[in-house]
Amino acid sequence: MAYDPIDPIHQFQIFRIVPIKIGSWDFSFTNSALFMVLTVAVTAGFLYYTTRGRGLVPSRGQSITELSYEFTANMLRDAAGTAGMKFFPFVFSIFMFVLVANLFGMMPYFFTVTSHLIVTFALAMLVISVVVVYGLMKHGLHFFHLFVPPGVPAALLPLVVLIEVVSFLSRPVSLSVRLFANMLAGHITLKVFAGFIVSLSALGTLGILGSILPLAMVVALTALEFLVAALQAYVFAVLTCMYLNDAIHPGH
Amino acid sequence: MFVTQAFAQDGEATGSAQTTAPGVPGAVHQGTVAHTEHKEGFPPFNPEYFPSQILWLAITFGVFYWLLKNVIMPRIGGILENRRDRIALDLEAAERMRSDADEAEAAYEQELAEARNRAHSIAHEAKESARSDAEKERKRLDGELDKKLEEAQARIAGVKGSALAEVDQIARDVTDTILREVASIEASQDEIANAVAQAGR
Repeated sequence: MAYDPIDPIHQFQIFRIVPIKIGSWDFSFTNSALFMVLTVAVTAGFLYYTTRGRGLVPSRGQSITELSYEFTANMLRDAAGTAGMKFFPFVFSIFMFVLVANLFGMMPYFFTVTSHLIVTFALAMLVISVVVVYGLMKHGLHFFHLFVPPGVPAALLPLVVLIEVVSFLSRPVSLSVRLFANMLAGHITLKVFAGFIVSLSALGTLGILGSILPLAMVVALTALEFLVAALQAYVFAVLTCMYLNDAIHPGH
Repeated sequence: MFVTQAFAQDGEATGSAQTTAPGVPGAVHQGTVAHTEHKEGFPPFNPEYFPSQILWLAITFGVFYWLLKNVIMPRIGGILENRRDRIALDLEAAERMRSDADEAEAAYEQELAEARNRAHSIAHEAKESARSDAEKERKRLDGELDKKLEEAQARIAGVKGSALAEVDQIARDVTDTILREVASIEASQDEIANAVAQAGR
């Protein structure tokens, strides 16, 4: 695989580290898998390590852990009420996983797990599956009241139900594409502007002077990308909470 | 150079493998890279690694979820619960102490008021007893003085009586003497006594 320093797509390449093949399926341990493992190990390690003291007065690390814990708890309670708290571990896992995976992507030479549609789609499908399965288990066929908003005239009902069904089906798509596209686009933009610096500075003195502009852009974009990384994790978690709310309180 | 590279990147980004500006060495290199990538496709849409990514996501996220649910979140929850309990306990203790302090203050106020009352009554009693003592003393003195006065008056009366008796005797003696010396009349004692008694009347 030829390496090109200013190729903006190269950072999304997946390559095998440990090839694993079962039947005709390729389950190789790739760089993507490596960073998934790293994400989980670092996050779980951090959460575990910072709470080792069980301090009554939290240390700095423990404060971060407690803040993220209570932040997620409040988010879920606001969106889905007290009944939604049984999904707290699930929402917290999703939030922390996406957040740390996004932030990991901001490190130079690090692979961004969430910049691959299949990963975000798998997470979104997991959320929607939890919503559907729990909704059907808890409410049975009553769950489908979700598609029938109250107070709609009978004449409009088929249309409204159709719209509701389509909107429900598009949820996993919008949920996954939003995260994936944000990460992908941000990283490509960063890389393109960084590439401008390399290309311009190869042109001599004038080029080096001219490369100040894209450098400033890269600095600003990096800050923006950190914001986007955190924001998208938050959006993903908030939408998860709202969809879970549909499963807990359908038809309202 | 810069323009051709940028254009080549563009070509890759849109997935087309058009090579540009033949003759420029960099462009040829770009073109070959773009060509190989075109074969693999845009990485995020390359289905070759889909099964691997899904499997490893399932494994890692599964482990993560299990760890969080069973190990880490009970721990954080325990810490927060512990803190909430501790704060509630401390607040309760503070509340109790405050009510204790209030009680103590009330008791102090009450005691102070009682003491003040007692002091008042003691002062009053003392004043009363002092006044009654003084009254008694005055009465006693009055009585004593009265008695002394009576005694004195009695003594004066006795003295006066004896003096008056002596005056009679003196008058008789004077009369006898006058009669004898001036008139040379011898009178008996009884006649003189009668005459003095008549003159004194």
